[in-house]
Amino acid sequence: MNLDITALFNALPGACAQGLIWGIMAIGVYITYKVLDLADLTVDGTMCTGGAVCIMLMLDGHSVGFSLLCAFGAGMLAGLVTGLFHTTMGIPAILAGILTQLGLYSINLRIMGGKANQAISVDKYPLLVSLRNVKDVPFYQNTIFIVALIILVLIGILYWFFGTELGCSIRATGSNPNMSRAQGINTNFSKILGLMLSNGIVAFASGLYAQYQGFADVNMGRGAIVIGLAAVIIGQVVFGKISGNFAFKLLSVALGAILYYLVLQIVLWLGLNSNDLKLLSALVVAVFLAIPYIKGKYFSKPVKSLKKGGASRA
Amino acid sequence: MLNIKEISKTFNVGTVNEKTALNGLSLHLEDGDFVTVIGGNGAGKSTMLNAVAGVWPVDEGRIEIDGINVTRLPEFKRARYLGRVFQDPMTGTAASMQIEENMALASRRGALRTLRPGITHKERTLFQEQLRILDLGLEDRLTSKVGLLSGGQRQALTLLMATLKKPKLLLLDEHTAALDPKTAAKVLDATDRIIAKDHLTAIMITHNMKDAIAHGNRLVMMYEGRIIYDVAGEEKKKLKVSDLLEKFEQASGGNFANDRMMLS
Repeated sequence: MNLDITALFNALPGACAQGLIWGIMAIGVYITYKVLDLADLTVDGTMCTGGAVCIMLMLDGHSVGFSLLCAFGAGMLAGLVTGLFHTTMGIPAILAGILTQLGLYSINLRIMGGKANQAISVDKYPLLVSLRNVKDVPFYQNTIFIVALIILVLIGILYWFFGTELGCSIRATGSNPNMSRAQGINTNFSKILGLMLSNGIVAFASGLYAQYQGFADVNMGRGAIVIGLAAVIIGQVVFGKISGNFAFKLLSVALGAILYYLVLQIVLWLGLNSNDLKLLSALVVAVFLAIPYIKGKYFSKPVKSLKKGGASRA
Repeated sequence: MLNIKEISKTFNVGTVNEKTALNGLSLHLEDGDFVTVIGGNGAGKSTMLNAVAGVWPVDEGRIEIDGINVTRLPEFKRARYLGRVFQDPMTGTAASMQIEENMALASRRGALRTLRPGITHKERTLFQEQLRILDLGLEDRLTSKVGLLSGGQRQALTLLMATLKKPKLLLLDEHTAALDPKTAAKVLDATDRIIAKDHLTAIMITHNMKDAIAHGNRLVMMYEGRIIYDVAGEEKKKLKVSDLLEKFEQASGGNFANDRMMLS
């Protein structure tokens, strides 16, 4: 086997940019999985919807800002559907997400005019991010810089929002729904709002990702939830001890996504067949999910556990 | 203040587990009444409180709070009239949130939640003062996660939260049952003080007959989803545990040897 270290270094900026875009997506997943305590599988569909909406609008001559905004809106709609399935129709959250995700497959094809993918050229359209713009461009055009800036702004907005009365009611709903209802919080509304916000962010990331790779593809969201969870969990395991601040937690999710893509790049460089990537991703997430459980079961510390005593995660 | 008219509730209708938990129950509370509720397991005590709180709709009957018909209102809408403390200390607070955040949530009970800050500086000082009343040292731990507190501390905090915004009716569902005797006495003491200070109307379920006699101005006993004994004022003050046992024996046909009531 011939390992060329310069090939790895050449691939790192791309991995970093990809990691950042998926970091935005993972922040969306964090809102449902950690804040609301729901596993939302809608994102596998929304991770394509956003890109499809964004690319089609740009091909139609709309600005990149407007297109991304519409992608965000489309994601919110998908979240609304899952939320209504879950709250008003009483379907378990995981199943509600799967139903929406499946339905979105057809909708995504329709958005892309019946085709499985739609390409957009970075030469002809003013794309915000592109895999061509990770090296040898002024820093303000560099995709890594632009996406990093977007992440910081997004974290700022979310930090503010989850500190408001409305944001607090969403956090309370995730922490203890019984208590929330006793305090007059409409927990169904909170869940729907959280799902909408989460899927809006995921669709926005999808819009960026489609621009980055130069096309939207009906399969681009497959397994997205696993990558999002990987980022959330890696971020928590690696950076979780540093600070309990909410903004820092969101930042560590984004950093987790970058780490994930860097590790992926390294195993590819080491000669892993790219067809095996999804298997590897699934195993990595399974292992990281198991760590806290196994730790608690076999290596419990004698000191009093500080873990929250709420209901276990579904 | 509270008017319950012939409410009924049957769970698991049509199955082998069918259970009539409330059977045409009626109860009327005057403004400022502090009622203690006793009864054996499965008598429908908690079910009555849950019916008032709107955890699920009742099958029949009508519930009014301060003249407002709440029978069809969902739980979160009734919350504006009610303060609630639960048997399980984990139920009343959000463990992963800070003490001050929990209190801020409670102080907005019944109000529209907007994009205003979830907690203000003014509130922090106010919360600190109110925590001092509990005398548990929580006033210096405003930003601690509630999950770090003991059961007794959480229960006392829940009680404070239930009354931060004066409720029309305070519902206490065996809120000291999960605590050790010393802590239970402390929380009960705080309960008495808060109810007296704010002149609250309250219903307190208890398994302890001594507590039921010592607290409140009125006592009701439940059996099979109905109220079988209702006593107030001077007559209640003269009650003894043996009187209650006798009443209970009459109602249940002397068949209560295994009941948890015997323990207290």
